[in-house]
Amino acid sequence: MNSFIIGYFALLIGASCVSVYYKHRTAFLLLFSLTLASFIVGLIGGEAALWRITVAAGIIAAAAGIAYSFREFLTITLPRNAAKEIKTAPLTATFGLFMIMIYMVAAVFAPIIAPFGQAEIVGAAFAPADETMLLGGDQLGRDMFSRLIYGARNTVGLALVTTILAFVGGTSLGLLAATKGGFIDQALSRTVDVFMSIPSLIFSLLLLSIFGTNIVVLTLVIAFLYVPPVFRLARAVAGNIVVMDYIEAAKLRGEGSWHLILREILPNAAAPLIAEFGLRFCFVFLLISGLSFLGLGLQPPTADWGSMVRENSTLISFGEIVPLIPAAAIALLTVSGNFVVDWMLYRSSGLKK
Amino acid sequence: MNDILQIVIKRLGLGLITLLVVSIIIFGAVEMLPGDLAQAVLGQSATEESVAAMRSNLGLDRSAPVRYFEWLGNAVTGDFGVSLINGKQVSELIGGRFANTLFLAIYAAVLAVPIAIGLGILAALFRNSVFDRVANVATLTAISSPEFFVGYILVLFLAVKNPWFPAIASISDDMLFWDKLHRMFLPALTLVLVVTAHMMRMTRAAIISLLASPYIEMARLKGVPQRKIITHHALPNALAPVINVVALNLAYLITGVVLVEVVFVYPGIGQLLVDSVSKRDFAVVTACCLIFAATFIVLNLLADIGSILTNPRLRHPK
Repeated sequence: MNSFIIGYFALLIGASCVSVYYKHRTAFLLLFSLTLASFIVGLIGGEAALWRITVAAGIIAAAAGIAYSFREFLTITLPRNAAKEIKTAPLTATFGLFMIMIYMVAAVFAPIIAPFGQAEIVGAAFAPADETMLLGGDQLGRDMFSRLIYGARNTVGLALVTTILAFVGGTSLGLLAATKGGFIDQALSRTVDVFMSIPSLIFSLLLLSIFGTNIVVLTLVIAFLYVPPVFRLARAVAGNIVVMDYIEAAKLRGEGSWHLILREILPNAAAPLIAEFGLRFCFVFLLISGLSFLGLGLQPPTADWGSMVRENSTLISFGEIVPLIPAAAIALLTVSGNFVVDWMLYRSSGLKK
Repeated sequence: MNDILQIVIKRLGLGLITLLVVSIIIFGAVEMLPGDLAQAVLGQSATEESVAAMRSNLGLDRSAPVRYFEWLGNAVTGDFGVSLINGKQVSELIGGRFANTLFLAIYAAVLAVPIAIGLGILAALFRNSVFDRVANVATLTAISSPEFFVGYILVLFLAVKNPWFPAIASISDDMLFWDKLHRMFLPALTLVLVVTAHMMRMTRAAIISLLASPYIEMARLKGVPQRKIITHHALPNALAPVINVVALNLAYLITGVVLVEVVFVYPGIGQLLVDSVSKRDFAVVTACCLIFAATFIVLNLLADIGSILTNPRLRHPK
């Protein structure tokens, strides 16, 4: 029994007792089940396993701490209305916002942050990590860390542009269908039904094999594939608004359908559409990463997270975690996006009980 | 009973039409190739004669509708033509691989469905508890991770650091069943993790909306014990949404399989599709796309029919 194990259990049991004393039922349940689990894990895995639990708990605590302080920070700095919203946001949502901010900073200031260029060969292939190359070299000896930072700009930028295109297309068609109704609505809806019945990864593989894999084609193909789901949502949301009295009033005033869509319907459909935008961004981002993992996304030497995973995947069989870092970057951004979207959907759906 | 049959037949007909339109789209997409098929396959440097020879070989001199019906007619009987790269029968290339892919998908589904439904129902019943919140964060994380991330993490921990399972899922027909299951465990587990998360969230949402319905409240108000409400009122009615959720997720599984097969070098149809895309072997690509789309449509169809059969209200559409 060394001091680490004694301290570990003393801390957990002590914290459990404190939470019981202050009647924090949830905290107590969490802490005490962790204590029980640690007994078993400790018996099987020994001290090393307990260390891992400590590190994991530390990371979660740090994330929670960041989320908590970031929420307080936003509550203080933002104008009053926004602050009110943020104050009730769950910690996961503020954590998501914080991470998205980090990614944005990395993307915008990539050339300043990254020590080397994305195509610059710095050392030997698969060079181990040292002071010049923080995460080591990739399969050609380029700096992994720099490529990771540039990847934020390339991959996220591409996903963002694609989502915006898909969104503008889908929303305008959806709102048009809802306002016009009749033949246009039917024709558009049936077309969309058919396109929705082809799995998007498969369809994108087909289209990319035909049109080749340059960046413009990639953007257009994926944007095209995500128009149908956005169309459906926009049409459904607008369908509920079109029957409102103020739309009737606007029609009687003699406003054209352009005015109806932009000035009457769009502002009232904004909340669910923004949440949908976040959600679609996550899907598009995952699809693009999947495609570039398959070697059909951004072409080398452009740094791109999906292809970085594939190119360095041989390292995994030597027990290295470096190739997993770009994949983790993808996952972290999508998780953050989903956390924020979850919160926005929760707010707009009225599931507040 | 008659009206059920009618609705099901109508739905089947609709599915068939969708499939037909999808086949037109797939065929039409290849027709949209810049230049034409022969030129695209042979590349820029091909001579005029070889392109012409290829053209007549592929029958490109005939009109598109004629070729479409020929292609479709052959595809229905299982003949997808010959590969443009190595001249092998496409059906031969696909046959065994498609069986492998289905096997992997079924393996994953058998593990995932009971876990996901069980956990989903628990999360719905104990809504807003610690368990529900932890499950919410965990499933969101699993959904947000690309399949290859989950796959490589499993490889790192279950194949490299602790050599319990093979990192490469190469299987052949003469292997024992258990041996196969052991070799395929990691790709199956990857799919299970991703699909379970989706399925569990959807099950939870379905059950929660069910628990909010008036008859549950009625039962609660007349003093039926909580346990009985769940076993007598909630669960029987949960069947329809759950069937729907399962079928939709199996459809998702079919496409998720592509990335997983590439990660684990599993000899399935997804791997073949990806290889053929980079080789620009359009005969194989269209065949694979058609098969994937058909499976996807059939599973969605099953979801619809399942929910019609288990929900009497849908039998009388307004």
